[in-house]
Amino acid sequence: MSHKISQSAVRIDSDDKCRGTARYIGDITFDHILYGRTVRSTRARAKIRTITFPDMPEGYYIIDASDIPGKNCVKMIQEDFPVFASDRVEYIGEPVLLVAGEDREEIDRIISGIEIDYEDLSPVTSIMEAESRDDALFIEYHVHKGEPATAFEQADKIIEATYETGCQEHIYLETQGMTGLFRDGRITVYGSLQCPYYVKPALVHAFGWEEERFRVVQTTTGGAFGGKEEFPSLVAIHAAVAAFKTGKPVKIIYDRDEDITASTKRHPSVIQFRTGFDTSGRISCMDIRVTLDGGAYEGLTSVVLQRAMFAVTGVYEIPNLTVHGRAFRTNTVPAGAFRGFGAPQAFFAVEMHMNHLAGYRGVDPLDFKRSYLYKKGSKTSTGGTIHHPVFLPEMIDRLISKTGYRKKIRKTRTSVSGYRYGIGCSLFLHGCGFTGSGEKDKIKGKVKLRGSPDGTVEILVANVEMGQGPSTTLRKIAAQAMGLPLDRIVYQNPDTDRVPDSGPTVASRTAMVVGYMVLEGAERLKGTWNGKEEKTVEVRYHHPDFVSWDQEQLSGDAYPAYSWGVNIAEVRVDVLTGEIRVDRIHGIYDIGTVLDELIARGQMEGGIAQGAGWATIEVMEQEKGRLKQCSMTDYVIPTALDVPSISVEFLENRPYELGPFGAKGAGEIPLVGAPPAVAAAVEHALGTPVYRIPIKPEHIIQGLHDED
Amino acid sequence: MKIEFTLNGCPVSLSADPLRRLLDVLREDFGLTGVKEGCGEGECGACSVLLGDDLIPSCLVPVGNVQGAEITTIEGFQKTHRYRVLSRTFAEAGAVQCGFCTPGIVMASEALLRKNTSPTEEEIRESLSGNLCRCTGYSMIVDGVVRASKVLSEDGTYGNV
Repeated sequence: MSHKISQSAVRIDSDDKCRGTARYIGDITFDHILYGRTVRSTRARAKIRTITFPDMPEGYYIIDASDIPGKNCVKMIQEDFPVFASDRVEYIGEPVLLVAGEDREEIDRIISGIEIDYEDLSPVTSIMEAESRDDALFIEYHVHKGEPATAFEQADKIIEATYETGCQEHIYLETQGMTGLFRDGRITVYGSLQCPYYVKPALVHAFGWEEERFRVVQTTTGGAFGGKEEFPSLVAIHAAVAAFKTGKPVKIIYDRDEDITASTKRHPSVIQFRTGFDTSGRISCMDIRVTLDGGAYEGLTSVVLQRAMFAVTGVYEIPNLTVHGRAFRTNTVPAGAFRGFGAPQAFFAVEMHMNHLAGYRGVDPLDFKRSYLYKKGSKTSTGGTIHHPVFLPEMIDRLISKTGYRKKIRKTRTSVSGYRYGIGCSLFLHGCGFTGSGEKDKIKGKVKLRGSPDGTVEILVANVEMGQGPSTTLRKIAAQAMGLPLDRIVYQNPDTDRVPDSGPTVASRTAMVVGYMVLEGAERLKGTWNGKEEKTVEVRYHHPDFVSWDQEQLSGDAYPAYSWGVNIAEVRVDVLTGEIRVDRIHGIYDIGTVLDELIARGQMEGGIAQGAGWATIEVMEQEKGRLKQCSMTDYVIPTALDVPSISVEFLENRPYELGPFGAKGAGEIPLVGAPPAVAAAVEHALGTPVYRIPIKPEHIIQGLHDED
Repeated sequence: MKIEFTLNGCPVSLSADPLRRLLDVLREDFGLTGVKEGCGEGECGACSVLLGDDLIPSCLVPVGNVQGAEITTIEGFQKTHRYRVLSRTFAEAGAVQCGFCTPGIVMASEALLRKNTSPTEEEIRESLSGNLCRCTGYSMIVDGVVRASKVLSEDGTYGNV
């Protein structure tokens, strides 16, 4: 690639990770350590009448709600998520208490002797049930643009359709894990996490102590994908309260089955479109209802719903619009952050809907979509402005010529050796950074750079390396800005005693938002540091002055900048078994300047694989609140044999002025684009519409049957 | 029960319940924490080690079963020339992200390369299909193995461990 910074550097963490010497939380031990294991609800909704315990051997402890020094809640946006259930449980897997002690077999023996007497209550376990109750609505928002009522009155034709997406589990390879210590009046927590400064205030809240008494240290994190955004705060409080009670270090490492049962998931969604065409045959209005299943506690659901609502018109300018978003409480495992954060659900729905509208108009989906694309100056779903040039037309052209799309889409659907072949396309964007005014009003990020007498410069940020590469890319930014070799720039896992709060490692913000602050710090340090003394500079976040947002009305610029993408997927469908084989996925992305080509490509390929998995084989369903897939045997993710051949290109020389060297966000966008491309290709192969992902073999067989 | 086997080239002996998982014995008794637990049910391959020349999931193997056997973990393998080649080509190919699956995948690659000096892409995918990775989408790992097999063929050190 042409920009100097895009040339790939050798990742600093690569050899340690190959060698197995990188230390994850499960690999770190302390003297006199105890293990903690969580006893969980086996009921979807119930009152706890009594709990009876076996005789406790010396040195073994029960830790429950009564041991929490402060508030029994995990501080997120609302205060509804208990640390331990005390009198009632709201989902299967909800933590009730911990057993801690030295020997894990003894802990298991104790747990098998604990009896919880429940009084069952009737659970709500689906969006449909929740809609009919008056106590199950978490949150509701409305977005308006233009004159939708008039446009619908004048519409020549109105088309309605409903799209659904399923649950998805992160399956980070390293399960959730934390170790808590209580020493000299202070709590320290080590663990696998994305957001040190979410965990710390959650500890402050649960203990009710001053914040100086808490320290949070991130350990090498074995994948996260959003699953270690808010959930680790719960595990951290468990470990900390146990350490406080026992006076010993307490380590909690989840088993895989436990992790799948109890940790957050991607929100299942139902998205309904009513789309009106005017007399000239153009889309004039949309009325969209976005409904999410939030699970038992609200957590981050309100913000996920906002991102889903703002993304639900896709990359298209719709003049008259209403979006009604609702999220419901059900007695299922809480839904939470997952790469894409509501946008993948929205993009599946809008991309399929646009394909279906094109079918109704009798035109090729790509040609149909092209006439509605956002361009510079367009008004978004929230009435904000697209402030920067949009390069989608050239990206589409590039991918069409590369894949032979035109020829392949015209092929008639005939079975060849038992397979039907299909090709499909998706167009997508992802808003970079926090939604709305979050960066300015909530996060208020700070970074520091410290020059040392030995000539090194340390980047002090709270953003973590979880595989996505900032321990290399942030260092590259500082090195290039200062004209220093890469090995003179130091980045260590964040420790809240050492690093300022530069915000969470989420929302495709680390490279663009934090990276820009690192760049500014590096430039300032370069001008004032002689390379021989200790000198620290601090940089605070500045909100771009072209961005305006009204959080009350949900109107204005929901994001300062967007990354863009086009995917084309090619699939074959086995007409006998209904199995989908994704043969190829092609992607082209505008993520601004690429900070490291290999790292960026790794993000795209991994995200595409995760998205293609969600669209096809990753089935997670529940019955009466009980997950049917609770292990890696039942919940299947793509293997090396399932992942298609992936080709990825980046648009070059399109820098974003407020990103470091022109970079924008890149972590989430691949997961947004792959599912609708795969679903469109399946639809093309079958000749019958797809309204739901994951597309299960029985849907395929039914589709083929309907056609006959 | 007294159990004796060869671990990373050294004879070892321990008294242990023969039903304990080899994974726990390696991590806890020998401190070999490069062997990772990802699922505990033989699905993910993060705990892969070599028994002789064969790749096994150490979470499914009771330690009693390795009596007299030769076990190699990433800690033993990393002293070899072939490890250094694999580590370098994995870095060049971008095969490493979060790293939790990586030691197991390095061992799976070694198990393949011991038997097949110039595997095709399909053979590599087949050999790695028991090792899950959630970060990379696998292609860059496959590329790392392809590059390693080329280097090893060219430098004539294939037979050396």
